[in-house]
Amino acid sequence: MTGPAADSLTTASPREAVPGEARAEPLLKIRDLTVTFSSRGRATVRAVDGVNLDVAAGSTVGIVGESGSGKSVTSLAAMGLLGRRGVEVSGSVDFDGSDLLHMPEQELRAVRGREIAMIFQDPMSSLNPVLTVGRQITEILVRHRGLSGREARDRAAELLNSVGIGDSLRRLKSFPHQLSGGMRQRVMIAMALACAPRLLIADEPTTALDVTISAQILELLRRLVVDTQTALVLITHDLGVVAGLCDTVHVMYSGRIVESAPRRPLFADPRHPYTTGLLASVPRLDAPRSVPLLPIPGSPSDTLPWARGCAFSPRCTRQVDACLGAPPVLEPLEPSSHLLRCVNPVPPEKSLG
Amino acid sequence: MSLLEIRGLKVHFPIKKGVVLDRTVGQVRAVDGVDLSVEKGRTLGVVGESGCGKSTLGRAVLQLEPSTAGTVVFDGQDLSRLKGSALRAMRRRMQMVFQDPLASLDPRQSVASVLAEPLRTHGERRPYDKRVRELLDLVGLPGSAANRYPHEFSGGQRQRIGIARAIALSPELIIADEPVSALDVSIQAQVVNLLEELQERLGLTYLVIAHDLAVVRHISDDVAVMYLGAVVEIAGSDELYARPLHPYTIALLSAIPIPDPEAEDRRERMLLTGELPSAADPPPGCRFHTRCPFRQPTRCADEVPALRVLADVPGSQVACHYAEQILAGGLKPVRAEVAGPAARPDDSSP
Repeated sequence: MTGPAADSLTTASPREAVPGEARAEPLLKIRDLTVTFSSRGRATVRAVDGVNLDVAAGSTVGIVGESGSGKSVTSLAAMGLLGRRGVEVSGSVDFDGSDLLHMPEQELRAVRGREIAMIFQDPMSSLNPVLTVGRQITEILVRHRGLSGREARDRAAELLNSVGIGDSLRRLKSFPHQLSGGMRQRVMIAMALACAPRLLIADEPTTALDVTISAQILELLRRLVVDTQTALVLITHDLGVVAGLCDTVHVMYSGRIVESAPRRPLFADPRHPYTTGLLASVPRLDAPRSVPLLPIPGSPSDTLPWARGCAFSPRCTRQVDACLGAPPVLEPLEPSSHLLRCVNPVPPEKSLG
Repeated sequence: MSLLEIRGLKVHFPIKKGVVLDRTVGQVRAVDGVDLSVEKGRTLGVVGESGCGKSTLGRAVLQLEPSTAGTVVFDGQDLSRLKGSALRAMRRRMQMVFQDPLASLDPRQSVASVLAEPLRTHGERRPYDKRVRELLDLVGLPGSAANRYPHEFSGGQRQRIGIARAIALSPELIIADEPVSALDVSIQAQVVNLLEELQERLGLTYLVIAHDLAVVRHISDDVAVMYLGAVVEIAGSDELYARPLHPYTIALLSAIPIPDPEAEDRRERMLLTGELPSAADPPPGCRFHTRCPFRQPTRCADEVPALRVLADVPGSQVACHYAEQILAGGLKPVRAEVAGPAARPDDSSP
């Protein structure tokens, strides 16, 4: 949308889709990642089921899905942040040549702080409420970078400045509860950036924030990827955020990737009935109001185990007999960067969005 | 005549200090002089960010929050003057749908009991079974749901129960506070469609309060945009998007992501700097002037703009001294700043 006479303020998004696969060697390579939760007396739950994912330096990969799709568990498992008890993780997570899943805890910790960082949805529950913001940022710098106290404090102030928090020396003395939601999320980002990580995983980074603040945070992440060649994994349920920011998008449903494509083909030519369903069920700001919303029937908990067929089939409007029986396979379409797991996909010309 | 008339409504909360003797050290002006009206059978959307007073406004309309000043006239009667049984009699004509359906349903109360409670409270005649089944049918739940408990339902179904409870007494006005924001994306549309369908079938009037402008625009005939306790713009839903008048509306619209890469890349963004000022100490003059990219040296900081109709845009109301010039493109935004490495937002203390 165009604000009248807003040209000197505008920041168009000058991005061209660069699919992660096109780069030489991806920084993060997840292969066949499977996470199973089991507890005594209950059925085991396979939250993530054979996920493959590539993330190259300087690219942004989006994982989209609803609650229970396994998008957050994927990232937690890859980082080794799931507990040991009752959790079984298999597959491989290759980060720059080393396998994170089979790394000794000591080594993994060093990698996690220095090379990989994570931003969570709710900054209030990820920040320590009884330590000042400055203490929490400097701790990372001292621990992973070996800076002295004074150096760390100066660097922390610089970091706060770089994420758009003014008056940063004073802010370092603030406790998390003294900051607003947007500022807390900026502090989280500053902490994530403290060691200049090569991979940043952002799990719903703006969901708890207001739209105008959210736009600021997303712009910050976008610049970070462009300026520092950081690889970014963005986990979200918001298709709008993905459309603006991600190079490649993976749509997850019930633990598996059901469709993945560079963002332009995904939105211009979505083929999985779940993807088209999601797009048709959100009201668009730029569409006439008379365009009706077409919801997906049922709820995300109405799933079928993949072994018995497509998990989405109980809610799918295009269900055919072939959907049941055997699990559908994730197969490349034309062009080969577009992958689809569906036996009866939406025909290209009838696609919505 | 409009069904609901809000005139000069103010809701201030005192800030107390002291252990033994309370003393009031300030006022949080959650709602500070709001005028709105809703015609019968229509939907008014109220949007704004957290802390702008939109939820307090909704609660104050239902007299769940005592108002500091102003009147709320429902069908010709000033609600703030009513008390006791007279107020209760009016209350059955206005109901509320809450954001979090699980938090607003008693986990130990069966659905039948949830739906019968308003009937019982307002002295409807027993038995209630028939009405309960009717209500479940209206919101698209099976009759067997009556004997189940809230935890047995998914989020979308729970919100349907919340809506069924709201329409149990056949009210005329429904205030829906963030009715879909706690739901999964694919479920939101189901609830939005249900609300629209019920409006058509039952002739309901809605006041929909939400932060998601895309949802509000879809469901509402008119939209009021709130900022820091005051309404800054009121317009028809289509006009609001096509021709936003207030700088805050312009910024708000440009911040909402659109699920279409082509549209996203073409869009021009007007990013705001800084954070929402405190409602305990709102900026003088125009409340938005501390963050406004179109801020002018005169008037903005010392003169409170009133909601007014522009000559060129008869259907809308806007509270901005320079709305005409901004609309005509005669004003340039003063500072080009985005949140980023170079940015230094002029944030105020929380």
